[in-house]
Amino acid sequence: MNAPTPLDRLLPELETDHLDALEEEAIFILRETAAAFERPALLFSGGKDSCVVLHLAQKAFKLEGGSTTRLPFPLLHVDTGHNFPEVIEFRDRIVEALGETLVVAHLEDSIARGSVRLAAPEESRNGHQSVTLMEAVDEHRFDALIGGARRDEEKARAKERILSHRDGFGQWQPKNQRPELWTLFNTRLKPGEHMRAFPISNWTELDVWLYIQRERIALPSLYYTHRRDVVRKKGLLVPVTAVTPPAPDETVESLPVRFRTVGDMTCTCPVESLAADAADVVAETLLVTISERGATRMDDRTSDASMERRKKEGYF
Amino acid sequence: MGFALRDEEPAPIARRPLRFLTAGSVDDGKSTLIGRLLLDGRAILADQLDALEARAGGGKPIDLALLTDGLEAEREQGITIDVAYRYFATRERKFIIADAPGHEQYTRNMVTAAAGSDAAVVLVDATKLDLASPPLAEARPLDGAAPPQPLQLLPQTRRHALLAQLLRVPHIVFAVNKLDAVADAAAAFARVRAALTAFADEAGFVPAGIVPISALHGDNVSRPSTLGGYDGPTLLALLEQLPDDDVATGGAALLPVQYVGADSGTGAGHRPRVLWGRVARGEIAIGDALKVFPSGETAKVAELYAAGARTASVAAGRSAGVVLDRQVDVSRGDWLAAPDSLAPTARFRATLAWLDTEPAVVGRRYWLRHGNRWLHGRIAAIRSRLDIATLAPHDAHELGVNEIGEVIVETQQPLPLSRFADDRVAGALLVVDPATNRTSGTLLVREALAPS
Repeated sequence: MNAPTPLDRLLPELETDHLDALEEEAIFILRETAAAFERPALLFSGGKDSCVVLHLAQKAFKLEGGSTTRLPFPLLHVDTGHNFPEVIEFRDRIVEALGETLVVAHLEDSIARGSVRLAAPEESRNGHQSVTLMEAVDEHRFDALIGGARRDEEKARAKERILSHRDGFGQWQPKNQRPELWTLFNTRLKPGEHMRAFPISNWTELDVWLYIQRERIALPSLYYTHRRDVVRKKGLLVPVTAVTPPAPDETVESLPVRFRTVGDMTCTCPVESLAADAADVVAETLLVTISERGATRMDDRTSDASMERRKKEGYF
Repeated sequence: MGFALRDEEPAPIARRPLRFLTAGSVDDGKSTLIGRLLLDGRAILADQLDALEARAGGGKPIDLALLTDGLEAEREQGITIDVAYRYFATRERKFIIADAPGHEQYTRNMVTAAAGSDAAVVLVDATKLDLASPPLAEARPLDGAAPPQPLQLLPQTRRHALLAQLLRVPHIVFAVNKLDAVADAAAAFARVRAALTAFADEAGFVPAGIVPISALHGDNVSRPSTLGGYDGPTLLALLEQLPDDDVATGGAALLPVQYVGADSGTGAGHRPRVLWGRVARGEIAIGDALKVFPSGETAKVAELYAAGARTASVAAGRSAGVVLDRQVDVSRGDWLAAPDSLAPTARFRATLAWLDTEPAVVGRRYWLRHGNRWLHGRIAAIRSRLDIATLAPHDAHELGVNEIGEVIVETQQPLPLSRFADDRVAGALLVVDPATNRTSGTLLVREALAPS
């Protein structure tokens, strides 16, 4: 494993002024969503992308010395019941510090209602989140959900609109997307439909980390290096938790790791890392990118990171 | 550390990301070019590269098109036929590629990709041109024989460039591909360049560059090469250096009100609202007098914000939070403008790019979005349909999907329109079918007309 590289060594490679343009665009989309829809909500999981969107929303709606103390929409979290406790603790602390309203939709409630039925108790709950999400949309009559999805995450996302229409079943219809021309967004909805708004569509993972570093955005502690018991499985480091206990024949190792994404405990794996702050993560992310360039051989850590990237799943 | 920094180059210049669309037909090498840009721009993950190398077999060059062909296979399976956005960065600049599929829903995809793009890279496949026809200079007629024809460009090349020009994409670059596969690359490139220059001249634009490339081998994409006898900048160097000049920085100040904030928190009892919007043209500064459209009330700028912080002025292209010095009636969809700079009109002539599968219907009421205002409007008449390979108008009375024509539009209320050629914020409208809410088309304003 490589030790983190001091950021100043990498600075000649870093050009961060484009962050201003990305910030401008994201804030514009947040205001558009707040203005065009009656009942938007901001999806907030405590994950890094949603922390960035929440930070952008503070800039979009709260003024220096102004009296606006609350965003014009609530935060919404779909809690699978399998979230990392550090993340839930962080979520509640941030919401309280900012004075925002948080709506929590519990997947356990969907299970109790019978709208979600797990094939087995230990089954990953990630795939079932959309049911709970749609139940929250119906209950609160949300007509726009603001999310932190990015187009660089995966191929299907690359075609996603900034304002993406969802039918009455919450379904994306990729073959029937509305052309998106300049900022003339088609915000028209029929009853029961809603829109997903993606303010950081045009950000890459590196942009997100550069911005977290520049703006000093607080994140849950597990985004930075910490020692954790893990089991190596198929190239991934599976964390040892109450819901993912090691099998009798598996070897538990204690390694310095960090998470690149934070989701359901059953399907989120850390990577080996000594990155202690955002600058270190920027350096690592940049190294990953650089080592990917050309035909250089990847190291094990890169492999873990990219496999995890493919596994990544969120609300969308 | 196993990497090298390119320290010898000058410090990067602050710029916003450059968004460009890639236009090309099937087999022009567009997928290969995008793969090459992503690879050279370090956007290819190591595992993807390993997979390509494994597929190519030891020692053989990898097939760059596979990086995007995976996506095209998805499309063919019916997942989607749509524009895909891709990201890469060089030391100089961040880039966003709007990759418009060239085969189906052609105009719709290209219009979507072009709207908001800073540049268009139009691919020209040198191997598809009739390079065997004699060049002009060698075949000058001596005895009254028929004059030889100049090199004919393919219709799709004209179509791609003309659509980009119609949508006011600020920079159009021609990338002449596959020159590594023609007999005399230098002679071929000279002839293609002459034909492209003549065509652009006739169409009324100056290409930002004409670059001979081999997307397959990388010549002149990011690696300088003498392919085609060329000694200019590589395609990537050219894109890195394109200026950000797509916003109308000059002219009278204009701001479409996007969002009305709760209050600015200034003063006891007096809590004027903050009017947010992205400045469409000109500049807004503290002390400026602004007139509200449509109410006609005038007030001065008392406070100004950019993001959440106070500022003295905000230029076109950036969002401003305006606090006026007195309470006036303003809501989303209104405009703030320099006094006496607007000439509202409810009837205009426009180019209509139709994107809906149902044809445009004269007389039917549609939703229109102009700036941040929704209102009703109707197509009073369809005047012509444009041949998208030449932009020549043909008499027509209907417009179907992927067609572009000239129309007369009447709106429910007067709008502060600009010519699209002057200002794309006040000069463009969205057309939405009220029955389906589908985005049916876009109107590019050509001229205001007197009421009929």
